[in-house]
Amino acid sequence: MAGTKPLEVTESNFESEVLKSTTPVLVDFWAEWCGPCRIIAPAVEEIAQQYAGRIKVCKVNVDDNQSLASRYSIRSIPSLLIFKAGIVANQVIGAVPKAELVKRVDAVLKG
Amino acid sequence: MSTNYDVLIIGAGPAGLTAGLYASRARVRTCCLERLPSPGGQAALTGIVENYPGIDEPVAGLELCRRMERQARSFGLEIISEEARNVTISDDEIVVHDAGGSIRSSALIVASGTRSALLGIPGEMDFLGKGVSYCATCDGPLFRDQEVAVVGGGDSALDEALFLTKFCKKVHLIHRRAEFRAVKVLVERVTSNERIELIKHSEVKKIIGTASVEAIEVKDAESDEVRQIAVSGVFLYVGLSPNTEFLRGIVETDDDGYIETDEDMGTSVRGIFAAGDARHKSLRQIATAVGDGALAAMSAARYLEKR
Repeated sequence: MAGTKPLEVTESNFESEVLKSTTPVLVDFWAEWCGPCRIIAPAVEEIAQQYAGRIKVCKVNVDDNQSLASRYSIRSIPSLLIFKAGIVANQVIGAVPKAELVKRVDAVLKG
Repeated sequence: MSTNYDVLIIGAGPAGLTAGLYASRARVRTCCLERLPSPGGQAALTGIVENYPGIDEPVAGLELCRRMERQARSFGLEIISEEARNVTISDDEIVVHDAGGSIRSSALIVASGTRSALLGIPGEMDFLGKGVSYCATCDGPLFRDQEVAVVGGGDSALDEALFLTKFCKKVHLIHRRAEFRAVKVLVERVTSNERIELIKHSEVKKIIGTASVEAIEVKDAESDEVRQIAVSGVFLYVGLSPNTEFLRGIVETDDDGYIETDEDMGTSVRGIFAAGDARHKSLRQIATAVGDGALAAMSAARYLEKR
């Protein structure tokens, strides 16, 4: 599915888009001022395209959604949490190579 | 043509990108390997760069690196998203092995940079990402109105302590020596900043907490006094480690793993050059990295001509 982009998600639709999603969801907690968040952005976008239909990719701006960030104890960004059936099944903290993200996503899809 | 490229550059930070720029302009078949999804390396993690010559209005490190990338690409530099796992040399060719296979070239420029060194104390690994951070520009704003500690005495530690005062209620700046190593303008700024408490000749011995960081244990080297300071974040700027493990004894390095070079960036192996923070050198800045990159590219080009 060409053109599938990460979906910006907020406190108001987090439950419906992420927790109640029928497919696993990769959630990228990020912020404007965060250099490493922008470094991994291309990889997150590629994953959104390549795994379209199998995994949903969402982004949460921690400045605009502080209580969400706090609920998931986000103390470092980028924090990429992979949700399956409403709970955190895997996570990566920090700027990592795309291969590392793919490994985690594949593990959740399999498991 | 048995080789994929004439020159392979490992790392697309300022050193690698500059080497790529010069090599491409010299019309040498060049490719740069970068393990992260975007180029820039350490420089891209820096918040604002105010000491790069010619950039007289502060610019975000990432933006400066993006400009370097665009410039190098405009002359033909190819950047591949791969991580060098190890290097072998056979029949006068250099083979770089990555996860996908291998790439062969006639010359190699190692510009793989450094990573933050660990302090090596209890609690550091347990609370990584849960209050322990090596990047204030990345995580600082998450500690809004809280008290944090910064450990270190060089430019990075002081720069980031100042950055953190924009968000944090208080910053404890802790250094093991009696005086900071940082450049004087930064020492002046931290001394006069009301939100920063300077704690010199002291070491952090332990990081304590339950689900995330709650306190640090600090020992004063002069009085031997040990006390706990309540903080929710600890930012460590205690040194750097070179990313040279993948070279595994191929080139000579110093005791810390930094690559030894001559003044033309040549290493102990003909055809292999080094540039940037991964080299044994006295000053690691964007300004010195780009100089290394230009030299390494021209040395590589000369080496290729003579072959």
